[in-house]
Amino acid sequence: MIRSFYFILEKEFKQMMRSKGLVRMLIMMPVIQLLILPMAANYSIKNISLAVVDNDHSEYSRTMIHKITSSGYFKLTSFCKNSKDAFNEIENDRADLILEIPHDFEKNLVRENSQKLSVQINAIEGVKAGLSGGYLANIIADFNSDIKTHWIQSQGPDEAAIVSVAPINWYNRYMNYYLFIIPGILVTLITGIGMLQTSFNMVKEKEIGTIEQINVTPVKKQAFILGKMVPYFVLSALVFVIGQIVSYLFYNIHSAGSYLTVFVGMCAFLFSLQGFGLLLSTYAESQQQAMSLGFFFMNILNMMSGLYTSIDSMPMWAKVMTGSFPLSHFIRVMRMVMLKGSSISEVGDHLLIMVGLGIVFNTWAVLHYHKRS
Amino acid sequence: MMIVTEQLKKVYGKEKIVAVDNVNLSVDKGEIFGLIGPDGAGKSSIFRMLTTLLIPDGGSATVNGFDIVKDYKKIRHCIGYMPGRFSLYQDLTIEENLQFFATVFNTTVSENYHLIKDIYCQIEPFKDRRAGKLSGGMKQKLALCCALIHKPEVLFLDEPTTGVDVVSRKEFWDMLKNLKQMGLTILVSTPYMNEAALCDRIALIQSGKILSVNTPEKLVNNYGETLYTVTGGNMYKLLNLLRSYEGTDSCFAFGNSLHLTLKYQTKKDTVVAYLQEEGFKDAAIQETIPGIEDCFIKLLKTN
Repeated sequence: MIRSFYFILEKEFKQMMRSKGLVRMLIMMPVIQLLILPMAANYSIKNISLAVVDNDHSEYSRTMIHKITSSGYFKLTSFCKNSKDAFNEIENDRADLILEIPHDFEKNLVRENSQKLSVQINAIEGVKAGLSGGYLANIIADFNSDIKTHWIQSQGPDEAAIVSVAPINWYNRYMNYYLFIIPGILVTLITGIGMLQTSFNMVKEKEIGTIEQINVTPVKKQAFILGKMVPYFVLSALVFVIGQIVSYLFYNIHSAGSYLTVFVGMCAFLFSLQGFGLLLSTYAESQQQAMSLGFFFMNILNMMSGLYTSIDSMPMWAKVMTGSFPLSHFIRVMRMVMLKGSSISEVGDHLLIMVGLGIVFNTWAVLHYHKRS
Repeated sequence: MMIVTEQLKKVYGKEKIVAVDNVNLSVDKGEIFGLIGPDGAGKSSIFRMLTTLLIPDGGSATVNGFDIVKDYKKIRHCIGYMPGRFSLYQDLTIEENLQFFATVFNTTVSENYHLIKDIYCQIEPFKDRRAGKLSGGMKQKLALCCALIHKPEVLFLDEPTTGVDVVSRKEFWDMLKNLKQMGLTILVSTPYMNEAALCDRIALIQSGKILSVNTPEKLVNNYGETLYTVTGGNMYKLLNLLRSYEGTDSCFAFGNSLHLTLKYQTKKDTVVAYLQEEGFKDAAIQETIPGIEDCFIKLLKTN
C-alpha cells in the first residue's frame, strides 16, 4: 500500500509539473487576483454625483453645501434651478442624489428652529443608495450640531444637551478594509485549486480511460486517491504561503496571532475541501461535468460563506447551510487569528468541524468510488 | 483450463438490453483464443467482466481458477489487460509509463524484460517521447508492453488492431505468436475476419450470443456447401438479380466480387446461362474455398 502510494505520488507530481502552463497559471492567477480584487471589492462608496437645487442662496445653505462637498464622498456635478431640472439629471444618470434646499431655509431655521430638506436618491444600486443617503444624513446632522454649538456660544447655555458618540473599532482600529477582506479573498483563491483542481485531476483519468488500466491493477483505491490528492494539497499550500507574502508586502497585513495556527487551519480546510472535490469527481463523468458542478458550488460557497456579507444576518436555514461549508469556517478562523490574534484553542471548534467535514466527505468519496461497476 | 465461463450474462440499463447472453466458453492454457464479431456484439462486455471491471448479472466465470466475483483481487495479479481504447498516460514518456505499470504490480522492468524485449526494442529509441506523441502502431506496442510487464498468465486484448495499419497489424500478430511460445494464454477480440484465421480457436459472437466455437480450419471445413464467386458487369445490378433468382440460396458482396451459394438442384451452368440471357455477357462463376466471413454469414442466417 505504502509502496504503491509512493509510486502514484511520484507519477502525479511528474504529471503536474509537466503541465507547466497549469502550475504557472495556478500560482500566478491568485497573486494577480490578490493584487486586483481588494481595490475593486471595496465597500466604501466614493464619488457620489450630487445635484443641488438651492432655492435659498443664503449663508447657511452655502455653508452646508460646502460641508457636503468637502467631505470627500460627494462631487457636485450640477447646480439646478428647479427640482424638475434636477430630476432630469438623475434620469440621464448624471446624478445619484438630489439635495433640495427650500426657500427661506436660513430664515425659518433661525426663526422657527426647524427646517426640512428634501433628498432624492437614485436607488438602482441598492448598497450605493443606502450608504450615500446615510453619509448625507450624517453630514447634515453634523452641520446641525455645528450651528447649535454656534448658537450656544453666542446666546449662552441652551436647554438641549449634546450627546456625542466616540466609537472604538477593536481589532481593526482604523477600519482598514484590506485587513478585513484580504484574508477572505486568500481563502477563496485556494478553494479554486483545492476543490476544483483535485476533482478535475480525478475525473481526467476517467475521461481519458486510464482509470480502466489502473482498476485492473492490484493498487488499493485508498492509495490511488491519496496519491492524487497530495500534489494539489502541496500546490494549494504553496499558493497560500505566496498569498500571505503578497499581502504582507503590498498591503502590510501581518497576522496578529500565530502563523502556525493559520497554517494548521489551512491543513484542516484543505483536508475537507479536497474531500469535497473528490466527492464531486466520483459523481462527474467528464471534466466538463466536474467543471459545472464545481462552479455551482464555488458560487454558493463564495456568496454564502461570510466573505462579503455577514452570516449573522442570513435567515436560519442559510445559517445552518453555511455551517456545513468548510469555507465559512476557515474564513472565520483566518479573521479571528489574523485580526484578533486568537489562539488555536479559541478557534478549536472551527478546526474540529472542518476535520469532521473532511472525514465525512472523504469517506463518502472513497465508498462511492468503485474499482468495479 | 485458463478461462471458463458458464451462462455468463450482462444486462444494461433500465431497458434491460442483453449485452452478453448466457455465454459458455472455455479457453485452454497456452492458446490464442479469438472472439470474433461485429461492433456491439458484446465482446468488450465479456472482456470487462473477465478482467473484473464489470460485475456479471448472471452465470459465473473463472480466470486461472479464480472466480471473477469472489477472487477478483487474485485475478488482478495474474492478468494483463489492453483495453480497446489507448489508455496509458499521454503526458508520461514511454519509459515512465512502463516503469509505472511495473511498480504498481510490485515488480521492475528489468525483472521481466525478457517478456517484452522483442516488442520494446522497437520503440526503445523513442523511450523519452511522451506517449501522446506516438503513432498508432507505437502506442499499441507500448500498451502491449505495459500489459505484459508484470508477467501475467493471461493476456486480454480487446480489439488491439482496430485503427492500426496493415503492416503493424501483421507485426502485432507475429508478436502474439511469440508470446504464445512463452506459455501465455491470450484472449483476443477483433472485428476483422482475416485475423480470425491466426487464432488457435475462435468463437463467433453476435448480439451477445456465441454462434460457434471451433478452430478456424474446422469451421471452414464444416461449411458444407459449395461456394462460388461471381464476377462481371455492374456488381450492384448483378447482386440484385442473383438475389431474386429462384435457384439462389444466398448471395452477398465480397470485395469486388460476389459470393454465391445455390439451392440443392441448381447447377452452375444454368446460372451462367441465366445471367447471359439477362445481359451480363462477361459473367463468370467459379468454385471457391469459403473463408471465415462466409461461415459467419452462414451462421448468422441459420440462427
